[in-house]
Amino acid sequence: MHELTTPISDETIRSLRVGEPVAITGVMLTGRDAAHKWMIDTFIKKTRQPEGDDLETYEAIKPLLEGGLIYHCGPVVGGLDTKDYRFVAAGPTTSIREEPYQGDVMRHFHIKGVIGKGGMGPKTLQACQEAPGAYLHAIGGAASLIAQTVVKVLGVYKLEFGVPEAMWVIQVKDFPAVVTMDSHGQSQHAVVEEKSKKALDALLAKN
Amino acid sequence: MPDLTQSILELVRLTSTDLPPDVEKVLHQAVEREQPGSAARGALETVIKNVELSRKNSTPICQDTGTPIFYVHHPAGCSTQELRSQIEAAVVEATRKTYLRPNSVDSLTGKNSGNNLGGSHFPSIHFFEEEGDTLTIDLMLKGGGCENVGIQYSLPNSQLGAGRDLAGVRKVVLDAVFKAQGKGCAPGVLGVAIGGDRGTSYLASKEVLFQKLNESNPDPELAALEIRLTEEANQLGIGPMGFGGETTVLDTKITALNRLPACYFVTISYMCWAYRRRKMTVLTDGSVKYE
Repeated sequence: MHELTTPISDETIRSLRVGEPVAITGVMLTGRDAAHKWMIDTFIKKTRQPEGDDLETYEAIKPLLEGGLIYHCGPVVGGLDTKDYRFVAAGPTTSIREEPYQGDVMRHFHIKGVIGKGGMGPKTLQACQEAPGAYLHAIGGAASLIAQTVVKVLGVYKLEFGVPEAMWVIQVKDFPAVVTMDSHGQSQHAVVEEKSKKALDALLAKN
Repeated sequence: MPDLTQSILELVRLTSTDLPPDVEKVLHQAVEREQPGSAARGALETVIKNVELSRKNSTPICQDTGTPIFYVHHPAGCSTQELRSQIEAAVVEATRKTYLRPNSVDSLTGKNSGNNLGGSHFPSIHFFEEEGDTLTIDLMLKGGGCENVGIQYSLPNSQLGAGRDLAGVRKVVLDAVFKAQGKGCAPGVLGVAIGGDRGTSYLASKEVLFQKLNESNPDPELAALEIRLTEEANQLGIGPMGFGGETTVLDTKITALNRLPACYFVTISYMCWAYRRRKMTVLTDGSVKYE
């Protein structure tokens, strides 16, 4: 088990290899479909003008993401009426939807690790080599268990995106994940896909 | 008509937080098939720990509490309008109590309604009038990750060499499992509908998932295909979470619908391992039983 503490150094990231379990401690930011699109459109491709609290939010999340982690997660959150937020259920969501955005977001904010499930594609793998960064696979559906590693909800940005899509700042302790894409160009997902394609072709040849 | 809101709320709580015994059983069997120390085994051990913790703490098994899909079988004379408002009230309360995540998003504005209501299709409620005096409500919570890997094929499919017969059905189902990889939270359960039109085929592919895993298909040919598909899907080696491993699919359920002469659809609904479905039965004395 590799212990990871945020912020994460390049050296630590380079020491991670596919297949290795990790336990993460520190601060991370959740972000999924709406957040990634917002970051790309407003600050990276700049196809829309910042409005409302966009600039303020950007300045606030920058230091959190510098050497940090983004977690593809749309949590169930308690304490919404009192703003005394707590994570009730918080497993990963499917990461591949962020494939068009993730690499550019990693480069822009100097993100060292992306946490999610299901793996990502060649663009993100390329960014992992450049950043350097790693993709950390959490166990899909293990929501109650993962929520217990969230020791504190430190804040939230863009709650108007809705509870699942908002960017939650969380403090975690021993958050469990497995490295499935590393900074050396290795992807467990590419390996499994290739092997399963061969097995599929063999099965399709039979009646 | 009695107010069933509190009983339906309990149905939602149970469905979200307590995995049905037949599903938990096959997950335990799947752990034993994976190599000790492998990522696949570790994933399944975590899954089982999470199932136990969710039951104990009454918290959602998965944060994606999905589309709430209700099937109501009611006696003659029941007001479906009243039942709908009771179901909606229970869903709102379940969201407030964090058994459900607010999941209903306006497709045009992107706004989340915050209470899991929205239009006439969210939650998804289906009513059927039945003979007798019993009212039953089945609920399935189907998350977005596995919903995204659902797929429909129109046969023949020359790329896969799939013709309009069960041999062709077999080929497209295996292709669907390959395409899903680990993205639908493998190991999953396949709901397969053969025939229908595009719409009814998708509906039937979900309805077949209300069957228990230990119930075998009454049609011997389909029963044999279900077993073969589960075995062959596992030969793909995708494994839990797509980490590689022995169990990619826990079970397969197939149903067949009449079709048009011109159409031959095969629809696959992929259900993640967090296969949340429960039933409540309201007996004639007003008592409620859950299973």
